[in-house]
Amino acid sequence: MGGWERFTETFLNAKVMARYWPDIVSGLGTTIELAALIVVSGLAAGLALAVLRSFGIRVVNWGIIFVVDLFRALPPLVIIVLIYFGLPSIDVVPSGFVSTWLSLALVLMAFSEEIFWAGITAIPRGQWEAARSTGLGFTQTLAHVILPQALRITIPPLTNRTIAITKGTALGSVVAVTEILGQASSAVSNSYNPSPLTLGAAAYLVLFIPVVVFGRWVERKFR
Amino acid sequence: MIETFFNAAIMAQAWPIILAGLGNTLALSLMVVPLGLAGGMALALLSTLRSPWVRWPLMAWVDFFRAFPPLVLLIFLYAGLPFAGLELGGFACVGIAFFLNTGAYYGEVLRAGIESVAPGQIEAARSTGLTRLQALVWIVLPQAVRAVLPDLLSNTLEVVKLTSLASVVALPELLFQARQAQSLTYNPTPIVAAAAVYFLLLWPLVRLLSRLENRAVASRR
Amino acid sequence: MIQAKGIHKQFGALHVLKGVDLDVAERELVFIIGPSGSGKSTMLRCLNRLEVPTSGSVVVDGIDLLDPRTDLNHARQRIGMVFQSFNLYPHMTALGNVTLALRKVAGKSRAEADEIGHAALARVGLAERADHRPGQLSGGQQQRVAIARAIALEPRVMLFDEPTSALDPELVGSVLGVMRALRESGMTMVVVSHEMGFARAAADRVMFMDDGLIVEQGPPAQIFEAPLHARTRGFISQIQRH
Ligand SMILES: Nc1ncnc2c1ncn2[C@@H]1O[C@H](COP(=O)(O)OP(=O)(O)O)[C@@H](O)[C@H]1O
Ligand SMILES: [Mg+2]
Repeated sequence: MGGWERFTETFLNAKVMARYWPDIVSGLGTTIELAALIVVSGLAAGLALAVLRSFGIRVVNWGIIFVVDLFRALPPLVIIVLIYFGLPSIDVVPSGFVSTWLSLALVLMAFSEEIFWAGITAIPRGQWEAARSTGLGFTQTLAHVILPQALRITIPPLTNRTIAITKGTALGSVVAVTEILGQASSAVSNSYNPSPLTLGAAAYLVLFIPVVVFGRWVERKFR
Repeated sequence: MIETFFNAAIMAQAWPIILAGLGNTLALSLMVVPLGLAGGMALALLSTLRSPWVRWPLMAWVDFFRAFPPLVLLIFLYAGLPFAGLELGGFACVGIAFFLNTGAYYGEVLRAGIESVAPGQIEAARSTGLTRLQALVWIVLPQAVRAVLPDLLSNTLEVVKLTSLASVVALPELLFQARQAQSLTYNPTPIVAAAAVYFLLLWPLVRLLSRLENRAVASRR
Repeated sequence: MIQAKGIHKQFGALHVLKGVDLDVAERELVFIIGPSGSGKSTMLRCLNRLEVPTSGSVVVDGIDLLDPRTDLNHARQRIGMVFQSFNLYPHMTALGNVTLALRKVAGKSRAEADEIGHAALARVGLAERADHRPGQLSGGQQQRVAIARAIALEPRVMLFDEPTSALDPELVGSVLGVMRALRESGMTMVVVSHEMGFARAAADRVMFMDDGLIVEQGPPAQIFEAPLHARTRGFISQIQRH
C-alpha cells in the first residue's frame, strides 16, 4: 500500500464515510438551528440594549456597560461551562443546546450592543435637532431618523462579529450538543477512523466559507 | 445561592489550583499571541506583492482559516492526526491551530492597515533611495500598525480568550484547572472563580478598547 | 408673535446669554448680526427649546415654551427652523424629508402628506427633485429642501440660523430668493445671517448681538449707515470689507 492510499484509507475512508454521513448531516442541521437562534436573539437583545442606552438613564447605562464588558471579557467556553455545569447546583438544568445558545447569544448581545451604540453616537447631532425641530418626539426621531442611518454604518463590523461568534457553535460539542463536531467526534470514537472528522470539517467549510465571502462582500459594499 | 456559587471554604481549597491555571493561561498567551502576530505579519507582507498568483491563494488561505472554527481545527490535529501515526501532543496542537487560525485574523487586520497608508508614502520613501522592503518596514508598517492598533488589540483580546480551548486537549490552563477543581469538590465555585479571574484580567483591555472605539467614532463625525 | 424676556443661558461656567429680550411682531422680519460666538445660535435655539434657557421666558404664538405642561412636539410644528448645515436626512428622498413630520406628528395619511410635500417642494422651486436623495442635490437645493421641510408644516414663525453660510457663493442667491418669497407671503421670520444685501432689502429690524447681549437695534438703514455704538460700527465695517 502506497503512502497516498494509506492516507485516503485513513482520512477519506469511503466505507466509514458512507456509514456516518447521515450523522454529520443531522449535526449540520443542529449547527444551523443553533446558529440561527444565536444570531436572532443576540442581535435583537444587543439592539434593545443600545436603544435603552440612548435614553441616557445613568444607572441603567452603568448596568448596560457592565454587562457588555462582562460578556466581552469572558471566554465563550467559560460561559458555556459555567451555565451547563454551574446552574444544576441550583436545580436549573439547562441542556447543552440551551447552554450554548444562551452563552453565545449573550456574547453576541454584548458585542452588537457596543457596535449599535457606536453607530447611534456616530450620527451627527444636527440630525436629532432637525427632527426635533419639526416636532418629532425622541422615540420617533430614534426610529425614523437615527436608527436607519446608524444600522447602515454598523453592517460591516456587525457582519464580521456575528460570523466569528456563530463559529463558536462548535464549542457546544464540549457540553454534549450533537452539532457537527459532536457528531463527528463520537463517530470517530465508534469507528476508530478519523474520516468523520474530515466530513465534519468539510461540513463547516460548506457552511461558513460562503458566509465569510459574504462578509467580505458586505465590507466592500458598505465602506 | 452564595453557599453554592461563592463558597469560601471551597474557594480556599481550589485557589492554588486556579492560580496554577492562571499561570499557564498567561504562559500560553505569551506563546500564541506572538505566534499569531508573526503568521499575520507574514500574510500581510505577502499580500503587498501585487501578483494575482500570490493574492488569490493568500485570500483563499485566509478565508479558509477564518471559516474553520478553531476548535474543529484543534480537534482535527489532536484526535485526527494520531491515526496517521502523528502524535503531536496537546501543546503542539494548540500552537499550530492558533498559528493558523489567529494568524489569518491578524493577517486581515494588518493587511487593512497597510492598505490604509497613502501610496505617496512609498513613493516618497523610494524617491529618497530606500528599497521596497526598507520602505515597507520603516515607513509603511509603523503607520499601518498605528492605524489598526484598536483592531490588533481587539484581536489579541479574542486570542487570549481563545486559549480556554486548550482545556479541551487537557492543557492545564485556567478553565481546565477550574473544571478539575469542580469535579473534585462537586461545587461550581471554582468555575465562578476562574470566570472572575478572566474578567479581572481582561476587563482593563475591554475598557481600553471601548475607549479607543468611541474615539474612532467621534473622529468620524 | 414671539415674546422672549430676560433670557440667560449658561453652559457650566460659560455665560452665553446675559439677559436677552426679543419681541417679534406678526409678519415682521428680524435680522440678527454679530460676531461668531456672541450667542446668536443659542438665542435662536431657545426660541424652539432646542436649548433650554437657564432663566427667562419664551412665548411663541401664545404658547409658553418653558411651561412643562406644554406639548413641545406640537408647538415645534408651528416654529420652523432652518440650519446652517441643512441637516437633511440622508437616507430619505427630498419628499421623504418633507413628509416625515407631516405623517408622524401631524398624523396625515401618506397620500395627503405627499400632496402637501409636493406643493412645498414646488414653492422652493424643486418640484422636479422630489425623488432625489440629499446626496444628489447641490448645497443650495439641499437648503431649499430644508426650507420646504419646515414650511410644509405651515409654521407661524420661521427661524433661520446662517442658512447661506455653508453655500458656495453662486448658490446663495437661490436660497435668498426663496426666503424673499416667504417674506412676501407674510411669514414671521427671525434670521441670523451675514447677508447684508438681503437685510437691507427685506428686514424690518436689524439687531446687533455681542457677548450675549443685544447691543443695538433699529431699521436696517440706521444700523448699517449710522450705528450708535462703536462695537457695532467696528463689526459692520469689518463685514463690509469682505
Ligand atoms: N452645547 C454647548 N455646550 C457648551 N458651550 C456651548 C454650547 N453651545 C454653544 N456653546 C458656546 O456658547 C457660545 C455661543 O455660541 P453660539 O450661540 O453658537 O454663537 P454664534 O451662533 O453667535 O456664533 C460659544 O462660546 C459656544 O462655544
Ligand atoms: Mg451660530
